Amino acid sequence: MIPGSFAYHRPSSVKEAVGLLGSLGDDARAIAGGHSLIPMMKLRLASPSHLVDLVGVADLKGIREDGKDILIGAMTTQHEVIASDLLTKKIPILSETATLIADPQVRYVGTIGGNVANGDPGNDMPAVMMCLNATYHAVGKSGERRIAAREFYQGAYFTALEPGEIVTAIRIPTPAAGHGYAYEKLKRKVGDYATAAAAVVLTASGGKVTSCSIGLTNVAETPLWAEEASKILTGSALDAATVKKAVAAAEAITSPASDSRGPAAYRTKMAGVMLTRALGRAKARAGF
Amino acid sequence: MNDMTPTSAERAEKLQGMGCKRKRVEDIRFVQGKGNYVDDIKLPGMLYGDFTRSPHAHARVKKIDTTKAAAVPGVVAVITAETLKTVNLAWMPTLAGDVQMVLADGKVLFQNQEVAFVIAEDRYTAADAAELVEVEYEGLPCNVDPLKAMSANAPVIREDIKDKKEGAHGPRKHPNHVFNWQAGDKAKADEAFAKADVTIKEMIVYPRVHPCPLETCQCVASFDKIKGELTLWGTFQAPHVIRTVGSLISKIPEHKIHVIAPDIGGGFGNKVGAYPGYICAIVASIVTGRPVKWVEDRIENLSTTAFARDFYMETEIAATKDGKVTGLRCYTVADHGAFDACANATKWPAGLFSIISGSYDFPAAHVSVDGVYTNKAPGGVAYRCSFRVTEAAYAIERAMDIMAQKLKMDPAEFRMKNLIRREQFPYTSAFGWVYDSGDYQTALNKAMETVGYKQLREEQKKCREAFKRGETRELMGIGLAFFTEIVGAGPSRNCDILGIAMFDSAEIRIHPTGTGICRLGTKSQGQGHETTYAQIIATELGLPADNIAVEEGNTDTAPYGLGTYGSRSTPVSGAATAMACRKIKAKAQMIAAYMLEVHDDDLEWDVDRFRVKGNPERFKTMTELAWAAYHEVPPGMEPGLEAINYYDPPNFTFPFGAYICVMDVDVDTGSSKVRRFYALDDCGTRINPMIIEGQIHGGLTEAFGIAMGQEIHYDEDGNVTTASLMDYFLPTAVETPKWETDWTTTPSPHHPIGAKGVGESPNVGGVPCFSNAVNDAFAFLGSTNIAMPHDNWRTWTAADKLGLHK
Repeated sequence: MIPGSFAYHRPSSVKEAVGLLGSLGDDARAIAGGHSLIPMMKLRLASPSHLVDLVGVADLKGIREDGKDILIGAMTTQHEVIASDLLTKKIPILSETATLIADPQVRYVGTIGGNVANGDPGNDMPAVMMCLNATYHAVGKSGERRIAAREFYQGAYFTALEPGEIVTAIRIPTPAAGHGYAYEKLKRKVGDYATAAAAVVLTASGGKVTSCSIGLTNVAETPLWAEEASKILTGSALDAATVKKAVAAAEAITSPASDSRGPAAYRTKMAGVMLTRALGRAKARAGF
Repeated sequence: MNDMTPTSAERAEKLQGMGCKRKRVEDIRFVQGKGNYVDDIKLPGMLYGDFTRSPHAHARVKKIDTTKAAAVPGVVAVITAETLKTVNLAWMPTLAGDVQMVLADGKVLFQNQEVAFVIAEDRYTAADAAELVEVEYEGLPCNVDPLKAMSANAPVIREDIKDKKEGAHGPRKHPNHVFNWQAGDKAKADEAFAKADVTIKEMIVYPRVHPCPLETCQCVASFDKIKGELTLWGTFQAPHVIRTVGSLISKIPEHKIHVIAPDIGGGFGNKVGAYPGYICAIVASIVTGRPVKWVEDRIENLSTTAFARDFYMETEIAATKDGKVTGLRCYTVADHGAFDACANATKWPAGLFSIISGSYDFPAAHVSVDGVYTNKAPGGVAYRCSFRVTEAAYAIERAMDIMAQKLKMDPAEFRMKNLIRREQFPYTSAFGWVYDSGDYQTALNKAMETVGYKQLREEQKKCREAFKRGETRELMGIGLAFFTEIVGAGPSRNCDILGIAMFDSAEIRIHPTGTGICRLGTKSQGQGHETTYAQIIATELGLPADNIAVEEGNTDTAPYGLGTYGSRSTPVSGAATAMACRKIKAKAQMIAAYMLEVHDDDLEWDVDRFRVKGNPERFKTMTELAWAAYHEVPPGMEPGLEAINYYDPPNFTFPFGAYICVMDVDVDTGSSKVRRFYALDDCGTRINPMIIEGQIHGGLTEAFGIAMGQEIHYDEDGNVTTASLMDYFLPTAVETPKWETDWTTTPSPHHPIGAKGVGESPNVGGVPCFSNAVNDAFAFLGSTNIAMPHDNWRTWTAADKLGLHK
């Protein structure tokens, strides 16, 4: 558990960070909170020659409203997500999710940007971002571009980011006031990745679902947006039969690995159980 | 005397002796981060070692090329088995009479086995270079299933002994066979089964787990070439044994080896044995002439140094139809991994496993244990239990539940009917153990009344009905365990390690001012010895506990002892402490008689002084007598006030307890929540109730981890899949239930202060209690035995097999 040798860089601006990543090449890695990268380095699964630490980049901090969206700086910590009045009021699923990530010590350092950008299927925020239809602001040597969360994840630790590009902010369309939401996570202990987890955001009117979006964590090589299941539920009263059908549709898109959390079949079933429970809580919160 | 004169009771209280909830004196340094652990040791010119380890579970080593590693700037040496052969140390003896490779010699036998040892100027360079050692392997078929180890086509693990028909513990019937060990009367047991109204038979598995102390195993070896002396600092639960074994292996005379165990961050059996890391660090220091430090990381700890359990116990009980047990049989396959490096008393290859008749009056019983070799790490230590006692307690407590279920009896009622009765003590079990004392029914009754056992069963009945009606998806389980331990190894007629009797020792010196120091052969790893031994002395000698320093772990200064494990410190060294005190007290009495000009017999002891019978105003306090011992001893008497005692216990001690757990199981996810856990322990005389409570909290937390999630798991290719704390379940404060503790007190009749030892009881009793709670939740549906660990998916699978997800 001793990492290999590396050089450490601490830029103070996005431009400087991107410049360093560009000039140092493939052996350089950006580091945010480090809670995924440092363990991988200690296990020598990753051996970057250069670490470009983003902690000193002030522009990457902060949470603010921008028209109909909310912008969260990539270096915002999970603790700051939980502590944010704006997020608690407007997108409460974020703080609900963040409290299920690791423990307070990790949340003081771990960042939301690192969580979404690393491409680890075990991370919780990516499925939530897909559920919320978030967009990531990415900056590289050719400037800034925006990538939809739903198109960002391509494989385990494999994302739409180009070499040298970093996620600078997360843009989330503010959900309608009074929406229902829930993040349900089954884990073995504090600090564990999900055996399976489900994020639900929905709106309702007159006892019917007017919109519904579902994300699933750690039940495939990438986080999943359960589009078909979401569609099945839209327009329904979340009656048992429709929920069962939607759960089956969600389970159908999973392909979890068998690991010490359980065999694949069990983890798929747990995705269904988590979704059923998340729907139940989201329904209650949406007031029907 | 006047009203201000303290009473005897007031004086006794000030001593902070036995029974006092004295705060742990060692915590003053621990909570401030001022402990001194092995990794805190930094010596001038110190080098660092790291291992190149095998990625394969079973492979031939065709070639090892250390050229690239040796060329890394900062690398001082790279050691392989070939290097070790020049000093005859490529293999080392184990405590169990086997031999073990120090570094891979021709073959690797388990994943992460030590292949080469790199020594460098700093820890990082050592790790970098260890990656550059090039090893050519030729893969071999591997076996990690002990139940297949003795099959005709099983790969032969130990080619070095494949033709040996006789092992350290008798005949071997297969190249992968380590030993067969039996106890009890087979014919009598078979007869009981032949005549029985009711029998049960169940394969009860206690999976491979690991003690996982917070501090891993580590050492610093420093060889002084001028003096020819070796100093070895290390995480040793048994420093004297390490010195003796080290001398026998290395041929360095024992007086030229100095073994020092500084503060230790938990042992739980993991730090009893000797590991390749120690040997390599010593050889490296001899080769380089500089001190060498070796510190295990967590993955190395979990995957290579001393696992525990891995017992496959086919357990049978015979009983009459009205619920009286008549016989017990158990056939066990014990997985020892690639080498038998089990830490047991030498004569007992399966430890004290024949305590398996537990707390019950079995007229006939028999056990047979086959040890086997597999492609797994060696070990088999007593993880917070006396040798193999927790395996035995798990088997009997699980089996008692299964029999109760078959008899349609409540498990508590069934146990109550079969517990050894108070008037039967001292009780000789069917295996020949003489249980020294006990009052089992009182303990079980108290436990059941305190938790409201009857009401809990009524609530469970309602819960089950609601479940059947589909109103809840939760099941309620009530777990019960009544355990008896056998600790305090041990009497020399039963116990030795490599021929050294398992006595232990205490040496006490009282200084002229009435303070003193006590040195012992045991070694605390967190148990609080500095606090509790001083309390025994306080009560025995009438000197305040605060005035007594307790020192352990330095083989140059401490009297010889066999160390701390198997709950033996209080039963053995605690007794030695009391006996040494009594020698001192006898001398003090003679001095007092001389000073008071009375006959010895005219004096009586009063808390902290000798007083003249019938004239309590004429007295000499122990503090006064200490001073006198150095300047006015009676003519002809040696000055000074000190004593040493080597205590060879006349018997083991037999702590016991009644535990009850209430668990709620979520049928749809398999997750479970402990609603309540009550632990009643009887450890005889209680020295420090606060330390006892802390020990029980810690042991229950470990038991919770073991029962609910721990397993060192290997896939079929021999890869260890749970070698980090990501996957090896170590509960945090969040998962850990709240503990309720209670006690009864049945002193040991043969122990000088009546104490029995307690540190390991909660692990021994806790595991079956949690497991029985999970099993009890499903028992009404016909399920008899759901195997540990009771993690979410296994419990869900059990529910699924019962058709609960349709």
